Amino acid sequence: MLEALSLSFFQNALIAGVLIAVAIGIIGPLSVANRMTFMSGGIAHATYGGVGLAIFMGWPVLGGAATAALLAALLIAWISYRNLHRTDTVIGMVWAVGMAVGVILTDLTQGYHPDLMSFLFGSILAVNGTDLWMMTAFDLILTALIWYFYYDLLALGFDPVFAALQGVKTRWLHLLLLVLTALTVVLAMRLVGLIMVIALLTMPAFTAERYVKTLAGMMGISFLLSLIYLLFGLFLAYRFDLSAGACVIMAAAFGTILLFFYEKERELK
Amino acid sequence: MSQTVAAIEARALSFDYAGYPALENVTFRVEEGDFLAVIGPNGGGKSTLLKLLLGVLRPTAGTVLLYGRPPQKADVAVGYVPQETGHNVDFPVTVGEVVAMGLLRRRTRWRRYSKEDEERSLSALARVGMVEFLDRRIGELSGGERQRVLIARALAGEPKILMLDEPTASIDFSGQHEIFELLAELNQTMTVVVVSHDMSMVMGYARHALYVNKTALMHEIDAHTRYQIKKQLSGENGHYCGAEFWRDLGRAITCTKACEDA
Repeated sequence: MLEALSLSFFQNALIAGVLIAVAIGIIGPLSVANRMTFMSGGIAHATYGGVGLAIFMGWPVLGGAATAALLAALLIAWISYRNLHRTDTVIGMVWAVGMAVGVILTDLTQGYHPDLMSFLFGSILAVNGTDLWMMTAFDLILTALIWYFYYDLLALGFDPVFAALQGVKTRWLHLLLLVLTALTVVLAMRLVGLIMVIALLTMPAFTAERYVKTLAGMMGISFLLSLIYLLFGLFLAYRFDLSAGACVIMAAAFGTILLFFYEKERELK
Repeated sequence: MSQTVAAIEARALSFDYAGYPALENVTFRVEEGDFLAVIGPNGGGKSTLLKLLLGVLRPTAGTVLLYGRPPQKADVAVGYVPQETGHNVDFPVTVGEVVAMGLLRRRTRWRRYSKEDEERSLSALARVGMVEFLDRRIGELSGGERQRVLIARALAGEPKILMLDEPTASIDFSGQHEIFELLAELNQTMTVVVVSHDMSMVMGYARHALYVNKTALMHEIDAHTRYQIKKQLSGENGHYCGAEFWRDLGRAITCTKACEDA
């Protein structure tokens, strides 16, 4: 088991796990507390459209995925500003249509694409040195932005009308949150996969909320839990030769359920 | 002529929602230190009027002046307590953090609160009697407690005018009474404007009532009006229908013989 630590691809996967845990630990609680989970899921799934397009056109996949994720974030922000009737349905369309476009474009592409599954379900083999640098840069920018706008985000999340009266640019801030969510999804894609990332955004935040009162506290605990789930999942994936994303999600689900019942027990006493 | 400047002045105010008039030709004046209740039927334009006074909405015609200047330019602090419906009560935020939101504009260059700001928050919380709740999560509080915190948030900016939109809508009777007692106390140092459905509370505490139903009519609440309304509320058959009541308030209340005798 421990010999895995000397393998460079596995080292990369572990470092990526830590870096992704930082982003997930910050974005997860924001997504859950702002009730943006469905929007985040829409962005994640629509991103596959960009993956398909990049493969079809022979472009770099990460670029295609990032473009599609940002477009989905803009579209969803616009839908929610307009406050259209049945916003949920429209976001659901973005979700499914993005996926459908990705599937059709990859169907149309000649030849066999072994990595396709890894974009959906994650892979421990997929992370390279460049990815690690990009993740590090994103974590730094994300942390700085959230630190700078922290009190604005609290006001936006609790009472957007009052926040706007106090001079907070609520629409821009909401858009910024969706864009940061989109980029988090893209960076987590290689390791966890697009389909699984939404569960990793929600489960640690859900548990964290039961232990702390503040958003910052929720971020701290979410980071620690995501880290544990990611690393544990990666070892499982390596040991049994399974999809990394699926292993991480199973680890997260196990931990979430365990902590839920532990907390229930504690409350009863 | 030396006339003092009004805390709030609306001149021939009109507002259209998508072509339909919500308010038409509304004119009134609120003196500094007044306690004004804005009353009227649902959909009559009460909240719209409040938003015009706050400067959130701009009038289609007419002007709003706070101490002689438009709301967007007035440097007079206005404390606002919005309706409870717009809040995300499950958001992970403490009472202290909520109160500090009243100071968002004052923050330092790095968008942080100063020591002074923290003291301001604390003293605002003290004025509503909620200091011991400082570190509690907002979602753990009862409706009445939460409303006090929202009033403290409005007080943190040290306002000269406090505007509240249905502050007692989701609170039980004794809680409502406490909120109005608090408003009466705050009224000693600031002008209070409250949109409310609760007629008994309004009549007990407000000095003027502005009846808004597209147009607006100002009533002074003196002993006569109090008597009149009490009589109407109790009604001859012990029943007084809401619609009749609103209709009556839509007219000038005249003093009856019975009232003068009382």
